[in-house]
Amino acid sequence: MMSYSAILPQLFDTLKPFTKPGFQLKEQTELVAELGLDSLQVMQVLLKIEDHFDISIPLNNLPNIRTVKDLGEEIEKLLKG
Amino acid sequence: MSLFDKFLPIQEARNELLKSGVNPFHVTVEKIISPTEAIINGRKTILVGTNNYLGLTFHPDSITAAQQALAQEGTGTTGSRMANGSFASHKALEKAIADFYGAPYAIVFSTGYQANLGVLSALAGPGDTILIDGDSHASIYDGCRLGGAEIIRFKHNNVVDLEKRLRRLGDRSYRTLIVVEGIYSMLGDRAPLAEIVEVKKKYGATLIVDEAHSLGVLGQHGRGLAEETGVEQDVDCIVGTFSKSLGSTGGFGISFHPEFELIRYTSRPYIFTASPCPSVVASTRATIRIIQTQPELRQHLWTNSRNLYEGLTKSGYILGAEVGPIIAAMVPNKELALTMWQQLLENGIYVNLMIPPATPNGECLLRCSVSAAHTHKQIEKIIAAFADMSHGTQTHISPAHVQPGATLN
Repeated sequence: MMSYSAILPQLFDTLKPFTKPGFQLKEQTELVAELGLDSLQVMQVLLKIEDHFDISIPLNNLPNIRTVKDLGEEIEKLLKG
Repeated sequence: MSLFDKFLPIQEARNELLKSGVNPFHVTVEKIISPTEAIINGRKTILVGTNNYLGLTFHPDSITAAQQALAQEGTGTTGSRMANGSFASHKALEKAIADFYGAPYAIVFSTGYQANLGVLSALAGPGDTILIDGDSHASIYDGCRLGGAEIIRFKHNNVVDLEKRLRRLGDRSYRTLIVVEGIYSMLGDRAPLAEIVEVKKKYGATLIVDEAHSLGVLGQHGRGLAEETGVEQDVDCIVGTFSKSLGSTGGFGISFHPEFELIRYTSRPYIFTASPCPSVVASTRATIRIIQTQPELRQHLWTNSRNLYEGLTKSGYILGAEVGPIIAAMVPNKELALTMWQQLLENGIYVNLMIPPATPNGECLLRCSVSAAHTHKQIEKIIAAFADMSHGTQTHISPAHVQPGATLN
């Protein structure tokens, strides 16, 4: 089972194309506020992440995902099943 | 910081709209003349944004039935069916819609919105999963939330993505409800239902089809996409509304599963609301009879739809995916969409302005809904009004945006 520490670098790689040049992604980076993603881009990011990790992130859980860390922990939880 | 501060961004957006002299989301119909004409801003206007697909809102049979019910049964029911009891006419309406679908079980709700809330929230609760199409109507999202099931969205009309998500659920796919729409309200495209049924069977899931925009429109008898596709027996439940093709208000769910009847005892949007008023029930029963006996209405609707689609395509507009009564012209940005919408209204044509976040893929749309009651002359006028704009008068669509015959997909 993939741990949070193994998920994080893959998550950074997946998010990288959605950041502005030179932007340094951190665990505490806020996905909407700091990356400036609109609702359409958020859905694109999620689709990419879901396919990469072969998971489906329930819409019910989205309000609790604010930072990269929140997203990483959600992926870890879903991978555990 | 007060509770009301959250409305400030909405106030600013509204003020921006008002600067343009119109508010497309607060139009007043000063006088309704017929299913296809009204007075708006003191001007006689052709309505092509009403979802009045079969033009039945002024049908004499329906009006007579409503008037009789009003006189005999009164103006309202003053309460819910569970508390106050059902009127015989509520049960007769349920039998009429069940018979129309050839299904043994039907439940009527006070609105189409509540039909989705009532059926979805009752069918899938905590521990269950709902897979919804990404372009689903707000009532589907709200119904899913109300039930407390886990909600997963799949890519619009993408059966590969749907199957992928069913596979990821493992054994939980047996407790999964798939929700799709017969015709999607924004672009007018249809669910690939035959393929969805195959996937549903493979994973043992349950399938519900919302035929709100396809009832009276698709299928040999007007029962919707499931009939048109020949998969009615494989669809577990159908929900729909009386407020579009049937020219009334209210909603319904039908099913072949006997347990469906028990939803009455668990569905809060059914239990805790006033039941439909007698005149509405009577007019709906009348229009259900009309759509079964007058298939020519559907033929008119399709002739009008083909003519408008062809006319707008020839004028250079990029339209929704396929010919049908919902014809959405795509416009590159919000400002242009608003200007064009306003110009159409000034020329006596009312369409729906649809902008993000209510639209798929952030599209700006001038959405037309065609009616069987539109005359050939009215359709020509609508095409001419659109064509005026595409040829660059006050507004202009640059050649980069005009790809004749192009479709969304």
